[in-house]
Amino acid sequence: MTKEEIVTGLAEILEEVAGVNPDDVSEEKSFTDDLDVDSLSMVEVVVAAEERFGVKIPDDEVQNLRTVGDAADFVLKQA
Amino acid sequence: MTKPEVVVTGLGATTPLGGDVASTWDAMLAGRSGVSKLTQEWAEQLPVRIAAQLVVEPSEVLDRILLRRLDRSEALGLIAAAEAWKDSGLDRDSLDGERLGVVVGSGIGGAQTLLAQDDILEASGPRRVSPHTVPMLMPNGPAAYVGLEYKAKAGVHAPTSACATGAEAIAWGLDMIRSGRADVVIAGGVEAVIHPLPIAGFASMRAMSTRNDDPEKASRPWDKGRDGFVLGEGAGIVILERADHAAARGARVYARLAGAGMTSDGYDIVQPHPEGEGGARAMRVALRDSGLAATDVTHVNAHATSTPVGDMAEVGAVQGVLGAHPVLTATKSMTGHLLGAAGALESIATILAIRDSVVPPTINLDDPDDALTLDVAAHKARPMQIPAALNNSFGFGGHNVALIFARA
Repeated sequence: MTKEEIVTGLAEILEEVAGVNPDDVSEEKSFTDDLDVDSLSMVEVVVAAEERFGVKIPDDEVQNLRTVGDAADFVLKQA
Repeated sequence: MTKPEVVVTGLGATTPLGGDVASTWDAMLAGRSGVSKLTQEWAEQLPVRIAAQLVVEPSEVLDRILLRRLDRSEALGLIAAAEAWKDSGLDRDSLDGERLGVVVGSGIGGAQTLLAQDDILEASGPRRVSPHTVPMLMPNGPAAYVGLEYKAKAGVHAPTSACATGAEAIAWGLDMIRSGRADVVIAGGVEAVIHPLPIAGFASMRAMSTRNDDPEKASRPWDKGRDGFVLGEGAGIVILERADHAAARGARVYARLAGAGMTSDGYDIVQPHPEGEGGARAMRVALRDSGLAATDVTHVNAHATSTPVGDMAEVGAVQGVLGAHPVLTATKSMTGHLLGAAGALESIATILAIRDSVVPPTINLDDPDDALTLDVAAHKARPMQIPAALNNSFGFGGHNVALIFARA
C-alpha cells in the first residue's frame, strides 16, 4: 500500500462520512481547519479507516493526526 | 394583566397525505386516506401490517450527509420547520435570536436510531456504534436541531406527553410569548416510529387496527366497526408570533391562538377516563382562557383515534362543555395517528378550516356508533362559518390538551 493509495482511500471515506469533495483532499489539508470535519465525524473517519486499512488507531493518537498526510503516515507505519 | 394576543403566521408539515401543508390540506379536503400496506419484509411477522407512511421521503429533501446524523424524527422536524419558517416570511438576519423560542416534542423520540444502533452493537461491537447515536436518539433532538437551524436563543424545549405532545408544544409556545420570554416561537411535534418494535408493542396492547386487508378503511373513528388506531408518521410545525410583532412586519396571519387548556386525568396510565373528565376540564380551561363563548366555537377537530373506548368518551365531553352545536371531525381517519405529531398536524387542519371556512371530512364513518350524538362532517368536507374552533389531543399517561384557534 502506497501513501498515495492511502490518501485516495481517506478521500473516499471523507466523502462518504462528511461530504468532503475528494478533489479538496490532499496531504497538507487539516481535517478540522481545511476540510470542516467536526469531532464526531472524525471519530467516524477513524473507525472507517481502521476497517479499510486493517490498522488500529488508538484514541490517544487521533489528536496527533492533524492533516490527511499525518493520518496517511500513521497508517503506513502500522500497515 | 391583559394577555398579549398571539397569532399563527406560518405552517409546515410533512405527512402521510403530502410532503407539505398545501398537498396535505388538498388531500384532506378530498377525503383521501394516507394508510397503506407495509410491504417491508419485517412486517410479515407482525399482527399489524398497515401504517400511514410519508408521501415524500426525507432523502428527497435533505442532504445525504446531514441525514447521516439525524434520526428520522429530527429530519421530519427540520423539513416541516423550514416550510413554516419560509411561509411566515420571517428573516433570520433581522430577527433577534434572543426573542426566538422553539417548542417541539415527540411522543417516542429516536427509537429507530436506538434500535438500529443496538443491532450494530450486537453484531459488530461498541466501537462500531455511531458517535451520532446520542444526539440522534435524545427526545429533545428534534427541538434542538430546529433551534440550531434558526439560531433560537430564548429557549428550546421538548415537551413529551405521548399523543398530546404536538398540542402541548403549541400550548407552551403560547405561554412563552404571553409570559414575555419570546416574540416568536417555532412550535409543533414530530414522530417517526414505523418500526416493528413500537408496532409490536402497541399491537400487544390491542390498541391498533388489524384491518390488514383493507388499509384505507382501517382508521374509522366513531364507526361501529372501529378496531384500533393506525400508526402514522410525520411532522407539523406552526410559527406563533405576538400579534403586534406580526403586525409591525406586515405578516400574513392565518388565525389567532386564542386559548389553551392542559390537564391530567390522575386515572390510569393508558386507559382514558370513561367520561373524558380530564378532557372536559381541558376544554373548559381553554374556553375560559380564550374569553370566547361556547357558541363561537362551531367546529372541533377531535382527538378520536378509532379506538373502541376513547372515541365516545370525547364526544360526551365536547357536548358537556360546548353544547350540541359544534361540527366534529376526525382527520385521523385519513392521516392515521401521528402520536407526538398528531396535535400539531391537527392544529394545522383546524387553522386552515377557519381560514377556508370548511370542515375537513371524517372518512369511513359508514355506520356511526349509537352514542355519537353530535354532528360529524362525515365522508365529505363541509363548508361552514367557523369563527373559532377547538382541537383536542389526549395522550397515554392521562395528558389532555385543548387548543382554541379563532379568526384573526
